[in-house]
Amino acid sequence: MATYTLNINKKTHTIEADPKMPLLWAIRDIVGLTGTKYGCGIAQCGACTVHLNGNPVRSCSLPVSVAANKEITTIEGLSENNTHVVQLAWIKEQVPQCGYCQSGQIMAASAMLKKNSTPTDADIDAAMQGHICRCGTYPRIRKAIKTASQLITQKASIK
Amino acid sequence: MLTNTVTRRDFIKIGGFSSIGLTLGFYTPAGAKENSIELLTKESAETLGVELNAWVSIDTTGKVTLMNHRSEMGQGSYQTVPQIIAEELEVNLDQVQILFAPGNGAKYGSQLTGGSSTVRGAYKHLMKVGASAREMLIEAAANKWAVSKTDCYAENGFVIHRASGKKFGFGELVQEASKLQPPKDVKLKEAKNYKVIRQSLPRQDTPLKTNGTAIFGLDKKLPGMLYAVVERNPRFAGKIKSFDDTETKKVPGVRHVIPVKMSVFASLREGVAVVADTLWAATQGRKALKVEWDDAGFEHLNTEQLFTRMRDDLKKPGLSQRTGGNADAVFAKAEKKVEAVYETPYESHSCMEPLNCIAHFKGDSCDIWGPIQAPDWIQSLLTGLIGLPPEKINVNMTFLGGGFGRKAFMDYPHEAAVISKEINAPVQVVWTREDDMTQGPFRPGAVYECKAGLSKQGNIQSFQAKIAAQNMNHQWRGADKSSFNDSTVEGLPEGYFESINHYSFSDIPTESPIPVMWWRSVYSSTNGFAYESFIDELSREAGQDPLDFRRKYLGSERYQALIDTLEQKSNWKARGKNEGWGVAITECFKTTVGEIVKVSRNADGKIKIDKVIAVMDCGWHVNPDIVKGQVEGSIIMALGAAIKHETHFTDGKAVERNFDSYKMPRINEIPEIEVYIMDNEEKPGGVGEPGLPPFSPALTNAIFDLTGKRIRKLPFNINEI
Repeated sequence: MATYTLNINKKTHTIEADPKMPLLWAIRDIVGLTGTKYGCGIAQCGACTVHLNGNPVRSCSLPVSVAANKEITTIEGLSENNTHVVQLAWIKEQVPQCGYCQSGQIMAASAMLKKNSTPTDADIDAAMQGHICRCGTYPRIRKAIKTASQLITQKASIK
Repeated sequence: MLTNTVTRRDFIKIGGFSSIGLTLGFYTPAGAKENSIELLTKESAETLGVELNAWVSIDTTGKVTLMNHRSEMGQGSYQTVPQIIAEELEVNLDQVQILFAPGNGAKYGSQLTGGSSTVRGAYKHLMKVGASAREMLIEAAANKWAVSKTDCYAENGFVIHRASGKKFGFGELVQEASKLQPPKDVKLKEAKNYKVIRQSLPRQDTPLKTNGTAIFGLDKKLPGMLYAVVERNPRFAGKIKSFDDTETKKVPGVRHVIPVKMSVFASLREGVAVVADTLWAATQGRKALKVEWDDAGFEHLNTEQLFTRMRDDLKKPGLSQRTGGNADAVFAKAEKKVEAVYETPYESHSCMEPLNCIAHFKGDSCDIWGPIQAPDWIQSLLTGLIGLPPEKINVNMTFLGGGFGRKAFMDYPHEAAVISKEINAPVQVVWTREDDMTQGPFRPGAVYECKAGLSKQGNIQSFQAKIAAQNMNHQWRGADKSSFNDSTVEGLPEGYFESINHYSFSDIPTESPIPVMWWRSVYSSTNGFAYESFIDELSREAGQDPLDFRRKYLGSERYQALIDTLEQKSNWKARGKNEGWGVAITECFKTTVGEIVKVSRNADGKIKIDKVIAVMDCGWHVNPDIVKGQVEGSIIMALGAAIKHETHFTDGKAVERNFDSYKMPRINEIPEIEVYIMDNEEKPGGVGEPGLPPFSPALTNAIFDLTGKRIRKLPFNINEI
């Protein structure tokens, strides 16, 4: 066991954990933020995706020791009131069915849009194909990403 | 809409029992016809000694609470059930709170979320309870104003006096209304007057699923809760010989190591549970465990043996489900005989949320929390296992991260309950993805033998199908194994039985220790592939257009309207030269769906699925956007089972353990999908499943159209055609 400082959603948490413990379980079971999901444990499904220094990472396969002292953002920290453009777009396009994979999908989409606010279909494929949705909401995910992209463009033109 | 789970104590409080308000429920009196209900108020429930199921509760502040008695696993009951009640109650959906009903079959009727039954089973009752509450509120207002009821109407949570425009909020009326008798016969709205039903209102659970606040089973935590993982015998029906937990007990945080059994139909699967303070500690402890298994007394099959057995079984006489005329004799004399064998694989459900369940055994009661499709079944199962009466087993609902039939099976609540009883603490049993994918139950593999006689003109004279597959019903203890599979005709539109005079459908139940269970659309998911591939083969043998051929046999107006829509939306007659188009029409849970798949070859010569057009006739329906979402999702799930994944077995164990080998469709592999819903007021059919069965035959029929190659076995590698 060792002591780690985790900066999650701009809050600091000091935790005791096995250095090999994946970040996912530190977030869920120690810090108590359950929006980040366990899906496969081997970085194949993307349900556990969080941002580490702004980049999407698979928290199920990242030891907590590696994430210490870095900026971690989970779905709970994406916006205060469900108002991130990706969340707004997901609601507008009525993406979720069971909803279990959607935290990871939203974190991947928001990380992509930050770097590339006008993604092509190929860009969307590249950024999102690591994410499984068993309910099959893929067509709506694609649509929502395009809607989010438009929202970003609109906001920029207002400024 | 605020709370997504509720404890029994909260429920009683919110349900209006301890506050003054209007609460209305319904029940089916003993001896009454299955579909007749009596309304229940607080008073009448007490007099009758029946528990009041508070479908509608309105408190003095006007807050409306509506009950969803079914699981929310993505299919939309959380939206659809309240949307039905709200229509007749005359409230706006953003003004209401939606609760999950806890498990209580006596109170809520069957709570099994399966067979796409939520709306079609209860819609009239739900409308009636909403309309009755509305009428009581109107009567209360009319009494207060000393006017006639007929001069008043309800809208948006208010009762309004038509002439004067005076109004009362529902909250101001509940005290008076609760003293009134519910109306005997309440008239339900005509479809043309719907304001809420038939609207694509945004789902009330969507915001919870975009910010991480929706609580799934795995997210639920109880104070002092421990975590358990179970090392189970990897062979179906396997037992434990011995285990050594010396190293496990050295892992910090591990509290208990105990042998545990779980019921898998008629047999018990044995394993060793590692219980710890954290899930991580439990999984580390499990890795350090050494177990010797007892694998005697049952077969250790592999996939090839299983399918050989099914193919051999087809030589035996079948157990007949449905026959008409004399198919054997007609086939023997037919001008043209067509025969084909189709094979469909075993499949894993692989819900995105792996199985998990919390149990807190407290001596005289037990609380259960989890992603559960059949809470009332769990009460019945656990009664015998932990020695408590069903009413002392409180099954609380969470959101389900997928269900697809798997979460109606009760092995995981069984484990949680017996572990909690043994260690005397609240515990959450968590299945890893590998546990979830390898332990089953699976969709059964199947082999179909189809044969038909055609006349000179290409008309179907006889149609016969025989299925060799495990019969899901034969797995239960004491099952009559001589009984036929009552689902051999599922998937095939009923219209064929009216237009074909000579037919027979039978099955041979294949014996295997592999546990099998409903998988989205159940037998239709595989029957549909066989039957609609075969109909397509017949149309080709007859030299007729596949869509026109089906039109001849599906004569009713509803079928014809569906086929017209398919033809029009796909522009069927305008097929391009280098395109392959395929059609399939199946019927599942009282809903007919036709799908057309368009394929072509891309630049490197590989088959590309360009487009899927789906037309669903589910009759009366609630929320068109949810219906469309269910069809889109069903098509994508079917795509996976057609070209991506399959569960294999080697030496009695499942081979595919995680998504690296059980490959799921990804966003880059999804064709364009268009969904159309037939607009009619016929009896409602299912929505969550019937979009699945027609996809795989429509795809393989399209590939035949393009390439002349007939695919009779799923899954297939689309890159190798």
